[in-house]
Amino acid sequence: MTDAPVPPAETGVEPRYSPLHDVHVAAGASFTDFAGWQMPVRYSSDLLEHHAVRQAAGLFDLSHMAEISVVGPDAGAFLDAALAGTLSTIAVGRAKYSLLLAEEGGILDDLVVYRLDDHDFLIVANAGNRQVAFETLAKRAHGFDVTVDDESDDTALIAIQGPAAEGVLDELITQDRLAPDAPLAELRYYRALQGTFDDVPVLIARTGYTGEDGFEIYLDNDTAPALWSALAEAGAPRGVVPAGLASRDTLRLEAGMPLYGHELGLETKPAQAGLGRVVDLGKESFAGRDNALPAEDARVLVGLTLDGKRAARAEYTVVDPSGLAVGVVTSGALSPTLGHPVAMAYVDPAVAAVGTSLGVDVRGTVIPATVVALPFYKRS
Amino acid sequence: MSDLTTLKYTEEHEWLLIDGDTATVGITDYAADKLGDVVYVDLPAVGTDVEAGKVVGEIESTKSVGELFAPVLGTVLEINDAVVDSPDLVNSSPFDDGWLIKITLSGDLPALLSRDEYVALTAE
Repeated sequence: MTDAPVPPAETGVEPRYSPLHDVHVAAGASFTDFAGWQMPVRYSSDLLEHHAVRQAAGLFDLSHMAEISVVGPDAGAFLDAALAGTLSTIAVGRAKYSLLLAEEGGILDDLVVYRLDDHDFLIVANAGNRQVAFETLAKRAHGFDVTVDDESDDTALIAIQGPAAEGVLDELITQDRLAPDAPLAELRYYRALQGTFDDVPVLIARTGYTGEDGFEIYLDNDTAPALWSALAEAGAPRGVVPAGLASRDTLRLEAGMPLYGHELGLETKPAQAGLGRVVDLGKESFAGRDNALPAEDARVLVGLTLDGKRAARAEYTVVDPSGLAVGVVTSGALSPTLGHPVAMAYVDPAVAAVGTSLGVDVRGTVIPATVVALPFYKRS
Repeated sequence: MSDLTTLKYTEEHEWLLIDGDTATVGITDYAADKLGDVVYVDLPAVGTDVEAGKVVGEIESTKSVGELFAPVLGTVLEINDAVVDSPDLVNSSPFDDGWLIKITLSGDLPALLSRDEYVALTAE
């Protein structure tokens, strides 16, 4: 037996730890390196954690993610110039998914942007892209009356995802510990509201990366362990469990959500990834605009389902019925919810139509695959 | 559970229970734990001739794929159909119900690790 995941390579760089690290150790988590952070990969079983999110809820530590604040009179205008979408017109309390493009049109990072106030935005970037996202934004801020701050080191992020999530937060509200500024029931998807937990300011967002209803709560590092424990205790009777990055990956894959470094990268143009709608070509000028459109024959992202039980995995070759290579898998797993293998892959436009019969070379054996619409899983 | 000190081990995290000319082979709890939840097991057909160090199967978890190496020279006598149907047995019972294949030995055994040697290996 080989290829079992091994501890992170000794790079000489000190790993980084979440403010919740001790809580995870006490809970018996296994850890993995993620963008230089030691984060929980699973607590007990990644399948159990996956199913818990679909049926009850899971508690995720996402404190490794990057938070960048953009404050100032020109904040909206700056974001319109720096990002692919139009952020200046979203209402206070709204969130919007956006892209940070390179001048060459490739994707530097995918982001969620929250408008906290008229001149106050919060950008959430991927942990692995923290530096490039911050530096790019800071550079693009020249000439705008705006301050760009990297607040990642001072910010913890806890997500509770699944149908039981709202009930758990309600319980904390009943306990007089969580106090949102407005009723939680009125908080709709992709919106956020401010409030307090144990009198400490928090931002409660109805966002996530699992395909379920759920919340992401931003707060300071020192208060994070108390919030985590409160959520875990209120959640336990409802079937809520702590969940690691392994289940997060299979959950987001089933939900058809792209992951930077797999479906998205500097070589990817947004429309190839199905993210053409995120790019507002109606804006006269923004970084990457002139190169944002892919070539006509550029490969496009599709969903695949495979016969049998063997998963297609990243970098496996997609072939047409004649055996010709027509694409590459970017993510794949045996879907825990659906019971059959699912994958995302970039394929030639000629074979990208839903229903097209293809194959994936799984370590020397071509497994039949069919192009399907994304997402693979949608909550009812 | 089997008495783990009566088993032999390989550096590839397989265990062997040797009984006369038959070796029962599985993967260790350490390997199962590192893999995560096992969701698919591919085993060789009964009657397949195997050779120490050669790949004879695959063990897939949600996150990764492990290759199963034949630890000894011989012929596949039996495979564990239960583990093919319920791959989670590799996690829940790696040393008992989660066994993978039985091999009829031919020739001498290669050098294998004792329990103490294996535990020392995985403690690194």
